[in-house]
Amino acid sequence: MSSGQHNFARWLRGTASAAQPADVRQRTGARTSRRCTGLGEFTRDLAGTDDQKLCALDLGPTSPANITFLTSRNMRAYNEDILRAAKDPTFLTRQEDGSHRIDVERFFAENLAYPKDHFDAILAWDVADYLPEELVRPLVERIHNILKPHGALLAIFHTKDAGLDSPYCRYNIVQPDVLELDPEPGFRIQRIFNNRHIENLFQDFASRKFFLGRDNIREVVVGR
Amino acid sequence: MWKARPEDDRPTLNPSQPAQPAAAAPVSTPHKEALKPSTEARADVGHIGKSVVIRGELSGSEDLYLDGEIEGDINLRDHKLVIGPNGKIHATITARDIIVHGRVTGNIVSSERVELKRSCSLTGDVSTQRIVIEDGAFFKGAIDIKESKESKSDSRKPMAAAAAAGASSSASSATSSSSLSASPAAQGSFLDPK
Repeated sequence: MSSGQHNFARWLRGTASAAQPADVRQRTGARTSRRCTGLGEFTRDLAGTDDQKLCALDLGPTSPANITFLTSRNMRAYNEDILRAAKDPTFLTRQEDGSHRIDVERFFAENLAYPKDHFDAILAWDVADYLPEELVRPLVERIHNILKPHGALLAIFHTKDAGLDSPYCRYNIVQPDVLELDPEPGFRIQRIFNNRHIENLFQDFASRKFFLGRDNIREVVVGR
Repeated sequence: MWKARPEDDRPTLNPSQPAQPAAAAPVSTPHKEALKPSTEARADVGHIGKSVVIRGELSGSEDLYLDGEIEGDINLRDHKLVIGPNGKIHATITARDIIVHGRVTGNIVSSERVELKRSCSLTGDVSTQRIVIEDGAFFKGAIDIKESKESKSDSRKPMAAAAAAGASSSASSATSSSSLSASPAAQGSFLDPK
């Protein structure tokens, strides 16, 4: 097959996969891959040295591939599954109206408890889309606190077109700009952020760079 | 009735056919020999069962299988520690090789290799030369890969860590990372930015 035909076939396969409804992907539970330009940008200059190891934090579910990727680049790899921690019923407090809310202060006393300016890079993935409302802004504030000046954050947001039924996924880095998406059942999107929301969310950060994929996923590389 | 044929009483000489187990039969030597190494190996490994609870410092100079509950420190400097699926450890662990199936809260320091199995839950920092993490393992903490003296002198590419996905690749280390990589041509979706 000529390279032109090959590229066209490749493009066609990608489009078909992207157009697949999110709920179908969730039902099948199959892993899919996608090119992630935001990740490529994020990882371009991300490598430590023998003498000076960088610190990187992954806020998604434990991913062997990500730990391999980070440690092979001379980095100290940290992992905190923040969404799983948010599901812990011990953080819930009963309100006067009988409803339950997360005790934010206690949650952040036990989670993401790191010194100021500790991390060079943070992989937040699409956690903000699935996190309970009361935790989103405090999470971004905490990230701002623990990220070093000139450190980088990678976040992913679903657009309205991606749909509210988009499954929560574990993101595995397979190449510096290719991600494997592994559906993890049990979480639903809580809200859709538009560009203005994202700008407001990261207003304390120095820079924001947006990349929009064909699958209506917005990748944002945020600089501290 | 029918007379038994004389050849029925003859012992079979076909080596491929397994011998029928018989209570009164003498113990077959090959079977005993097959069991011998594993029993010997087991004898070298200390075993702490699931009903045992220890509070304090645990140290030793032999390999250890730990399926109980420990609170304190564990120190097996040049030996292997296996934490079984029922193990609940609140301790700082120091050993040569550490394999975790159960729950650990505390830091792990290994001079060679750490394996986190799919049923494991580890909250704490890991410092090791090599690490293997199975898909499904829960980990909260930091992983620091120490380079061995040999690899430093070899001045090889720093690929000391290998976190293998899946049970199939759990035995592999640094080289297994390539099995996680996926070439773009094999991808189902190609989503370029605008």
